[in-house]
Amino acid sequence: MAGGRVTVAAMIVCLLALAVLPFVADKFTVQFVTKMMIMAIFAMSLDLLVGYTGLVSLGHAAFFGISGYILALSTPQYQAANFWLSLPLSTAGAGLLALAIGCLVLRVTGVYFIMVTLAFAQMLHYLFHDTGIAGGSDGMYIYLRPDAGIFGWRPFDLEKFGDFYFVVLALFITAFLFLRMVLRSVFGQVISGIHVNEGRMRSLGFPTFRYKLASFVMAAMLAGMAGYLSAVQFGVVNPDMLGWHLSGTVLMMVILGGMGSLIGPIVGAFAMMLLELGFQSLTKHWQLPMGVAIVLVALLLPRGLVGLASLRSRNKEAAGA
Amino acid sequence: MDFATFLIQLLNAVQYGLLLFLVASGLTLIFGIMGIINLAHGSFYMIGAYLAWSLSGRFGNFWVAVALGIVLTVLLGMLLEWLLIKRLYQRDHLYQVLLTYGLILIFEELRSITWGDDVHGVPIPDVLSASIPLTDTLAYPVYRLWMSGVCVVLALLMYWLIQHTRLGMMIRAGASNRDMAQSLGINIQLLYRLVFALGVALAAFAGMIAAPVSSVFPGMGGQVLIICFVVVVIGGIGSVKGALVAALLIGLVDTFGKVLEIEIDGFKALPELAGMSVYLLMAIVLLWRPEGLFWKKL
Repeated sequence: MAGGRVTVAAMIVCLLALAVLPFVADKFTVQFVTKMMIMAIFAMSLDLLVGYTGLVSLGHAAFFGISGYILALSTPQYQAANFWLSLPLSTAGAGLLALAIGCLVLRVTGVYFIMVTLAFAQMLHYLFHDTGIAGGSDGMYIYLRPDAGIFGWRPFDLEKFGDFYFVVLALFITAFLFLRMVLRSVFGQVISGIHVNEGRMRSLGFPTFRYKLASFVMAAMLAGMAGYLSAVQFGVVNPDMLGWHLSGTVLMMVILGGMGSLIGPIVGAFAMMLLELGFQSLTKHWQLPMGVAIVLVALLLPRGLVGLASLRSRNKEAAGA
Repeated sequence: MDFATFLIQLLNAVQYGLLLFLVASGLTLIFGIMGIINLAHGSFYMIGAYLAWSLSGRFGNFWVAVALGIVLTVLLGMLLEWLLIKRLYQRDHLYQVLLTYGLILIFEELRSITWGDDVHGVPIPDVLSASIPLTDTLAYPVYRLWMSGVCVVLALLMYWLIQHTRLGMMIRAGASNRDMAQSLGINIQLLYRLVFALGVALAAFAGMIAAPVSSVFPGMGGQVLIICFVVVVIGGIGSVKGALVAALLIGLVDTFGKVLEIEIDGFKALPELAGMSVYLLMAIVLLWRPEGLFWKKL
């Protein structure tokens, strides 16, 4: 199929462009692209829930934020945490939290799920906002980025923005390949089946609750990884990292790009952040054009930006035939 | 805690609960009848409060501001339904979430452009500015009692409208089967437009009457929206009765959660956790009854 080959070619071109970027671009661009890739990991993780399992979560930032908080709290005050320990620790923490929350929220479906995930994320937001843990509403600084030293050998230095860029790029590609593998496995088939018709999957003998829980935990761990990287990049964590604005934004990225594909959320994350940057440079009131853009996408693009591309290629095929 | 303090807290809890009910009932009606999940509902509350502030400043009279505000927000609701919401009835909830999230951004930014980002206060109207003395030192403001009274009257009116009028019968018919109701000659489009405008006006009205007791500030919409979600989830989506019970329950838990922190401070009962108490309540209700207290299949 020509379309498939074009997609692969486009992906290779994009990857090459990402790989050479730090050698040609200035610091601001490199850091901005780093941020975009982190958000793309976050959006992909949510797509596993929304697009594949059919669970619309409006509280996904809880796992993004908790992971950042785990890093901040486990970092000694004037020392750097160890990268090889703190990354698994933060991700596992997000996974454990998802296991506990998932057991509760997966009891409900549909609109209830949207509202309940939102409420749980808010609960966490208030926990960090109102109590003195980790600096309350002001948040907490991470003065030194995690140290990547392992037995005296240090493969990269996260304090250098170029090195950090490549670490994020590597994790971004890993997350993509990991999700692709998961979705092509039997597990992926089962969760897609649950999305279409959960009752039928259950009658086929699949313990659907456990599959949904596994998907929920997996998505949370990937979101946690993104949150960890974000905390490292900005050197600060605050309750907004767990707040519903971020949950909403990442859901917008998934829908904007097009759910149910892995490319969709990546395109969505990149497009949304570029739009934001563009609008911000135009006006102080950038949320106004942003809101209008979101409303237009909801009304006019039922399958997101990716859907737009496939629509065009289909039109071309139709014209050719 | 002596009796007077307890009474004051109880009245505060009931007043807060009833106010929440006013906002949440619009949310639950719009969902129960039209199947629309409306994230922008909190924005209408915020718009109401800002309208009360700016209009009462311009006309020098709170009541004129409220009356004008209601007219404006009903029109806003009808306009939004006609322009945007009606295109979402047949669509997945996800797109409703997306569109109404976009609306939040638009309303917040329009608010910032028109009214600025400052915190404002609205004076309590003179007629209701008195207080009822309870003891030598404690008194209870008449305005808060009036708020509770208005909310109760509106709740009764809503009950009467839905259960005992021809319009309510049509609304219920539309909620249970849209196509059938339409083929019987009921103008569903007009009906939905009215319901949406009613929901918007209820939220805005709540914002208007709340403006004199709580300040008017950016972000007040988001705050109220989240709490109303909790109310709706606990009460059961689409159930107005459930929203009333849940709102009162949350009013009690929230108010007494904050008071008890002083009471058992010596006990080390983490006083900061009061903000979480309502969410905890929701988690318990969900464990016990995943569909909320008063859920019924529509």
